Amino acid sequence: MSASNLERVLRSGAFAVTSECGPPRGADGEVIKKKAGLLKGYVDAINITDNQTSVVRMSSAASCFILKGLGFDPVLQMVCRDRNRIALQSDILGAAAVGISNILCLSGDHQCFGDHAGAKNVFDIDSIQLVAAVKQLRDEGKFLGGEELKAARPDMFIGCAENPFGDPFEIRAMRLAKKAAAGAQFVQTQCIFNVPKFEKWMEMVRDIGVHEKMYILAGITPFKSIGMARYMQKSVPGMDVPEDQIERLKGVPKEKVAEEGIKIAIETIQRLRQVKGVAGVHIMAIEWEEKVPEIVEGAKLLPRP
Amino acid sequence: MIVANRKPFEEIVELIRPYKKIVLLGCNECVTVCATGGAKEVEVLASELRMYREKEGQPIEIKEHVPERNCDPEYVEPLGAIIADAEAALSMACGCGIQFVGEHYIDKPVLPAVNTTFDGVTLEHGVWSERCLGCGNCILDKTLGICPVTRCAKSLFNGPCGGSHDGKCEVNAETPCAWQLIVDRYKERNMLDKYLEIQPLKNWSTAHHGGPRTRVREDLKL
Repeated sequence: MSASNLERVLRSGAFAVTSECGPPRGADGEVIKKKAGLLKGYVDAINITDNQTSVVRMSSAASCFILKGLGFDPVLQMVCRDRNRIALQSDILGAAAVGISNILCLSGDHQCFGDHAGAKNVFDIDSIQLVAAVKQLRDEGKFLGGEELKAARPDMFIGCAENPFGDPFEIRAMRLAKKAAAGAQFVQTQCIFNVPKFEKWMEMVRDIGVHEKMYILAGITPFKSIGMARYMQKSVPGMDVPEDQIERLKGVPKEKVAEEGIKIAIETIQRLRQVKGVAGVHIMAIEWEEKVPEIVEGAKLLPRP
Repeated sequence: MIVANRKPFEEIVELIRPYKKIVLLGCNECVTVCATGGAKEVEVLASELRMYREKEGQPIEIKEHVPERNCDPEYVEPLGAIIADAEAALSMACGCGIQFVGEHYIDKPVLPAVNTTFDGVTLEHGVWSERCLGCGNCILDKTLGICPVTRCAKSLFNGPCGGSHDGKCEVNAETPCAWQLIVDRYKERNMLDKYLEIQPLKNWSTAHHGGPRTRVREDLKL
């Protein structure tokens, strides 16, 4: 077992709560400290995104290091878009050396979505191969090139992501099975707005027994405004925002929309908690971290173990 | 075939601005098939340039020539006289042809009139689509004839990313998701279980990442 707090909580059988912070577009470490500070005592681990949507931000590893120093349990998000197998392994070793115990292996958004569309992408390996790479370094003590890792091995709790709403739908549970087989111990899903579809996906996941091989954390994102909901529905790849959710936001006075968004998030958590195989929630309050405590409290997930 | 696009006219005008006498080369192979640099396109560009320069008060003499190929000494060596007679060559051949002609006539600039884009196929009249990145280690047997290296924007080996939507790629709503195509084919052949196999790391050293490639067949050398 790693030194990960998240792993400890999940193994204990408690319903886990994670959240995430996007690092700033600058070199000010105080920003990440401030964002994480809002979450203290409300979550078991904090993901730090890795240049999400292909926009340059302070590095995930450096941000995780800052949080580790403050006593948080950071989850290092690592995408395959920007690093080849040499850099990925190097960063894994470095992260482990400074005490980072969780890693989330991702393919990464295509660079065309960010502000450096002319960049050359890497994609030397994919997210499933990255999961296997971390496991190989940790369990076999072997680099991807085959050489033996003679010094300390990176002791990481290995995670991955999955989008139950991506197509083709019929392989989305199998894809998670592949990740589990590669060595993923937990998954954090894409934001769930279409709960019936998520429940259908979970049924497929249970049918092939994946929920017994890894911990499944359901992704939650509160709507801040109708505009944001509409944007996620229309413009964010792989997002499934049913029209009735937007209608519900429209049904309340303008000044109450954000409050309604929080209410929806809390109700969604309560419903997902009843789904067999869901081991926790991952709350992604995009640039709205200050609302996470309210959601966690509202969903009766306090105190954290 | 190698597919290319003609460069914007203004860019071509700038490339040849210093010259009064040039040869405009086309190619009778790929760029003819993709309607970029065959005899017809050479004729059109030559006329456009002549008219433009005439209007500018700086007339230019342009000889048109379309060899069978620009990537073979057999067809490039006979170009000596026509290139010697010009100040520069402007070529509508692919990047291989432009370079190869340049290698043979190092005292003359050989300028690109096209941007070479991809190795692909003709989908329908006027539509071409990329199919092969020449990675040097073909896995089309495993993916039932659809190349994820070329046709997935992230060259993913183990399935679609989270952005695959309604059969289309997150990068471009017009582009089919390679993994949707592969999964559909698995299903058609009743072998969806194959998807569960984890594809190992690719050895990219056989691709361009291993450095520029040369192929030698000793038995064919003269």
